[in-house]
Amino acid sequence: MATQRAHKAARLMISPSVILLLAWMIIPLGTTIYFSFLRYNILTPPPSWTGVENYTYFLTDPAFIPALVNTLVLVLGVLIITTVGGILLALLLNMDFWGQGIVRILVISPFFVMPTVSALVWKNMFMHPVNGLFAHLFRAVGLQPVDFLSTMPLLSIIIMVAWAWLPFATLILLTALQSLDSEQMEAAEMDGAGWLSRFIYLTLPHLTRSITVVVLIQTIFLLAVFAEIYVTTAGGPGYASTNIPFFIYNLSLKQFDAGMGAAGGVIAVIIANIVAFFLMRAVGKNLEL
Amino acid sequence: MGNITLENVAKRFGEVEVIPPLDLNIEDGEFVVFVGPSGCGKSTLLRLIAGLEDVSGGRILIDGQDATEASPAKRGLAMVFQSYALYPHMSVRKNIAFPMKMAGMPEDEQKRRIDAAATALNLTDYLDRRPGQLSGGQRQRVAIGRAIVREPSAFLFDEPLSNLDAALRVGMRLEISELHNRLKTTMIYVTHDQVEAMTMADKIVVLQAGRIEQVGSPMELYRNPRNVFVAGFIGSPKMNLLTGPTAAEFGAETIGIRPEHIGVSTESGKWKGRIGVSEHLGSDTFFYVEGTGIADAITVRADGEIDLYHGDDIWLTPQEDKLHRFGKDGNRI
Repeated sequence: MATQRAHKAARLMISPSVILLLAWMIIPLGTTIYFSFLRYNILTPPPSWTGVENYTYFLTDPAFIPALVNTLVLVLGVLIITTVGGILLALLLNMDFWGQGIVRILVISPFFVMPTVSALVWKNMFMHPVNGLFAHLFRAVGLQPVDFLSTMPLLSIIIMVAWAWLPFATLILLTALQSLDSEQMEAAEMDGAGWLSRFIYLTLPHLTRSITVVVLIQTIFLLAVFAEIYVTTAGGPGYASTNIPFFIYNLSLKQFDAGMGAAGGVIAVIIANIVAFFLMRAVGKNLEL
Repeated sequence: MGNITLENVAKRFGEVEVIPPLDLNIEDGEFVVFVGPSGCGKSTLLRLIAGLEDVSGGRILIDGQDATEASPAKRGLAMVFQSYALYPHMSVRKNIAFPMKMAGMPEDEQKRRIDAAATALNLTDYLDRRPGQLSGGQRQRVAIGRAIVREPSAFLFDEPLSNLDAALRVGMRLEISELHNRLKTTMIYVTHDQVEAMTMADKIVVLQAGRIEQVGSPMELYRNPRNVFVAGFIGSPKMNLLTGPTAAEFGAETIGIRPEHIGVSTESGKWKGRIGVSEHLGSDTFFYVEGTGIADAITVRADGEIDLYHGDDIWLTPQEDKLHRFGKDGNRI
C-alpha cells in the first residue's frame, strides 16, 4: 500500500512545522488567558490572583458597549463599501481601454500604502478643517468647511479604511471576472438577457465565491483596525471612534494594566470567533470548504 | 419560417480580411453544414449570422427582413455553443427556462415547454441537477433544450460534438438529425469533421480561408467536387490526388481517384505496389499501398474479407470513368 506509506511519511515530514506553529499559537494564548486572571499592573508588581474580576471590569466598562458597536459598524461599513465599490471598479477595469495596464496598477497602489501613512494623509491633506482639500472645496462653493474627524469620526475612519481595502477587493473580483466564460455571456445575450439581467443572473453568481473570500479575509483584518484610529482621532471624541482593539490598548498600555488588557484580548478573540461563526454561516457555504 | 440570406457579407478584424464578401442563401427548413479546416472562418460566419460579431460589409436577411444591425436576441435564432455555455449555478430546469424567463413568458407556458423539451431530450430525471453533475452528452442535450424552448426560426450549432467521445458523438449526431426531421426548422451547423457534414447535411458549404469553395448536397460534392480542395476534403479516407506524368496521361494537372474506385488484384493491373499498412475493419479493408512510383502512398478500399497483409504485393487498377481531372488552377476540367 504505497499510498498509506506515503500518508505516514507526509505526516511525519510535516509534523515539525505543525508542532512549531501550534506552540506558536498555544503558548501566547495560554499566557494571555493566565494573565487575564491576575491583578497585574506593571507599575505595582508583583501580580496576584483575582479570578474573573478583570473580565467583570472590562465588560461593565462604560466604553465597552460603544467600542463593540463601533467595531461592528466599522467592519460592516467597510465591507459594504469595498465589495460594492470593488465589483463596480472590477467591471470597469475588465473592459478594454487604452492604458489599462497603468490604470490597473494605479488602482492597486493604495493597498501598498501603510495604514499610518494613509491615515495621516487623509487627516492632514483631505479632512483637515482648515488646510484640507475638502475644506477648500467646501469654501469654493461657499459652504462652511466640516471638521470630519470631530463631527463624524467613525465615518471618517470607515472612509479611510475602505479606501485602503478597496484595491484588494477590486483585485480579487477582477481576477474572478476575467475567468467568466465569454460563451456563457454570449449565450445569455442570444437568450435575450440585457446588460442588467446578465449581471444579476451570470456575473453576480459567478462572483459569489470571490465575494466570500473578500468578505472573510477583510473581516479578519477589519476587526483589528488600530493604526488609523491611533493617528487620527485617538478613539475620540469621547468613545465615538473607539473600537475593541483601541479600547484594549487604552486599558492595558495607557493604564499599565496587563491583566485587564489580557482579559480584553481574550474577549476580543471570543468576539472575533462569534463574528466568524455568523459570517461562515452567512457566506461560508459558497466556499465548499 | 427560417430563410436566411447573406448578401456580400464580409468580416475584417483590423487589416485582416477573415471573410471576403460572400453570398449564401439558406432555405427554410434546410440543414446546412459549414465545413472546413480550422481557421477557415466557418465559426466567424456563424457568429455573424447570430449577431455576436458585427459585419464589416454586406447585409444579412432573416425571413426577408434586414437583420444586419439587429441585436442577437432580436434575430429569433438560438445557438448551441461548443462549450455548451450552460449557466453553472442554475439547475437544468432553470437553464432551459432562462430564455423564456428573459422573454417574460407566463410560468405555466414555461413549465409546459420545459416538460416537452425534457421528454423529447430524455432529461426528465435530471431537471433538478446542476450542469456540473451531468455527463458531456447530457449537457449537450440541455444546451439543445435551452435552444428549442424558444421555438427559434433557426438553430445555430457551433461544433457542438467536438467535446464528446467518439461513441457519444455518433449517438448525438443521430439525435440532432432526428430533431431536425421532427422540428423541420432551419439548422446551421459548423464542424471541421467532414463525416458529420456528409451524414447530417441537406446542403454542405465548404469553406477555406473565408471563401466558399463549393455549395451542394453531400452526394453532389462527393461525385463532382469543383476543385482539388473540395475533392481532398470531402470523403473518408481521402481521395488519392496524383500529379505529374500520371495526371498528364489523362490530360490534367492533377487527377483524383477515390479509394473505392480502385480495383485490387494479386496478379495483374495498371499500377504495382506493396501494401504498407492494412486496416481490416471487417466491413471494408483499407490498404495504404507504397512503392507504386506514382505517389508516396495510394489508399485503396477492398472487400472486408480480403486476405492480404503488410508486405504483400498488390496490383491496382483505377476505374477510369470515376476519375476526377483538375487543371492548373485546381478547378475541375
